[in-house]
Amino acid sequence: MEKKNISLSVLTFLLFTVVAIVILIPFLAIFIGSFKDGTDMIRNGLNLKIELDKMSLDNFKFLFSGAEEARRYFMWYKNSMILTISQVALTLIVSAFVGYGFAAYEFKGKNALFLCVLLIMSVPFEILMLPLYKQVGDMGISDTYAAIALPFLAHASTIFFFRQYLAGIPKEIIEAGRIDGASEYGIFARLILPIMKPSFAAMAILNAMNSWNNFLWPLLVLRSDSKYTLPIGLNTLLSPYGNNYDLLIVGSFCAILPIFILFLFFQKYFIEGMTAGAVKG
Amino acid sequence: MIKKFIYSKKIAPYVFIVPFILTFLIFWIVPIIKSGMMSFQSIQFTEVEWIGLDNYKRLLGDSQFRLAVFNSVRYMIGTLILLIPIPMIFACFINSKVMKGKEFFKSVFFIPALTSVVVAGTIFRLIFGEMGSSLMNQFIGIFGLEPIKWLKNDWTAFFALLTLACWRWTGVNMLYFLSGLQSIPKELYESAQVDGANAWQKFIKISVPMLKPTIIYVLTISIYAGLSMFVESYMLWEGKNSPKNIGLTIVGYLYNQGIRKNNMGYASAVGLILLIIVMVINVAQLTVTGLFKKEEK
Repeated sequence: MEKKNISLSVLTFLLFTVVAIVILIPFLAIFIGSFKDGTDMIRNGLNLKIELDKMSLDNFKFLFSGAEEARRYFMWYKNSMILTISQVALTLIVSAFVGYGFAAYEFKGKNALFLCVLLIMSVPFEILMLPLYKQVGDMGISDTYAAIALPFLAHASTIFFFRQYLAGIPKEIIEAGRIDGASEYGIFARLILPIMKPSFAAMAILNAMNSWNNFLWPLLVLRSDSKYTLPIGLNTLLSPYGNNYDLLIVGSFCAILPIFILFLFFQKYFIEGMTAGAVKG
Repeated sequence: MIKKFIYSKKIAPYVFIVPFILTFLIFWIVPIIKSGMMSFQSIQFTEVEWIGLDNYKRLLGDSQFRLAVFNSVRYMIGTLILLIPIPMIFACFINSKVMKGKEFFKSVFFIPALTSVVVAGTIFRLIFGEMGSSLMNQFIGIFGLEPIKWLKNDWTAFFALLTLACWRWTGVNMLYFLSGLQSIPKELYESAQVDGANAWQKFIKISVPMLKPTIIYVLTISIYAGLSMFVESYMLWEGKNSPKNIGLTIVGYLYNQGIRKNNMGYASAVGLILLIIVMVINVAQLTVTGLFKKEEK
């Protein structure tokens, strides 16, 4: 019995190691690729060949050279940072507010409205993109960050997560607040928000990742180059001419870094946020 | 006066919900109604003409749309076949006692999900390059095969799309199954152990039935994700049309008609059909998992 367990253990370990290596290969490929010339990339594609004579730090030097293209890259980077941080902060506050409303009160139409949250949660954005695109156009806010963020501030799955989290909080806290003479909003701000802190981490991480990587909606909304976010900017480098690929590979590599670093430190919250919707169903 | 109204206990709940109600009305209901109206119109810049069901009739006879539906459904089925059983088995291994280095593998498998589709798509487009020196062609070269023009043939392009999907989502789906497995009471396995059940029997008789809610969940999100796949194929073909439309999906068709050709009326009809399909699946899923009942209590 023991022997069988050990050999099984070794076998699964080997299997998982092979899968892990396969999963990491694309990252290795882009890492190696970032040291190669962009024209070489266009001619030869990505591979794992380490050819020291063809490899240099030129792409990284170019990225920090202050050249026109490199400056544009950092502008996209900055735009993405600004958009991600403000979008996450606003989404958390608005969604927590709504989530508390659903968790703490009984009122007419609550079930129907919550059903709407559930429906929205699972409908893929792609299906809504054209009507939404038309709508922000009609509202006169296309090509603004407001158009990117506004439709998703009351974010269905974040609301759902907060509601589930708050459903476990004893009603006595709210009652005690009322007896002390706090208003309904005072109770939320002073008593509930502090309790919610642990649940903020998971949703902050999840929303930050989604916002940082968001591609399709900004692609539809944004027109002016000066407002491009990182994914949209990188997308403009796709056509293989000039030194686009010098920047594309290095730029893609650097685009992964912030989320990757967050992941190293806050892995637990990534996993908590990702799986939040799964078991509840 | 207004302040007193907003602060009253009867109104407060609605104040809390109001951001959601506004979002729902402004960014869901109104756009969908407008889109519904547009689907009965022909829209050329500012000229709007009511044309009844013509857009829908045209849709029925549109061979490109049929190809898009075929591609999307094929992709969806492919992801269902690969991205449910494999992550489930992986999760069982990770959850079992014999496994070493669980946390490490969990993290590594999850990493691809951190990348944006732009970066992932760029990497995979270059890995599946048609030159002999691209990674995939070098790999099949080991087995003595000639280089393949991966992204120019129908089934090889389908393979590339599926590889990308598996790479990105295996780890995430595994996490779903893992959190499902962890909610199964240990006593079930222990009593099966006493009855002399082997690992396979435990998997089939305990894990799979107990994972049913997770399976349904992963199944539904995979159906949605599969049917609405677009950016992956957009990235693999650099945002251009794929050769012979091998990478055209329903949403890709929506994008071409609505955004590129500015044919909003016709595109709205495509979008509404897709929305209806998804809503039907959605309501079916909510009914199956009993969420309606739970909320009524």
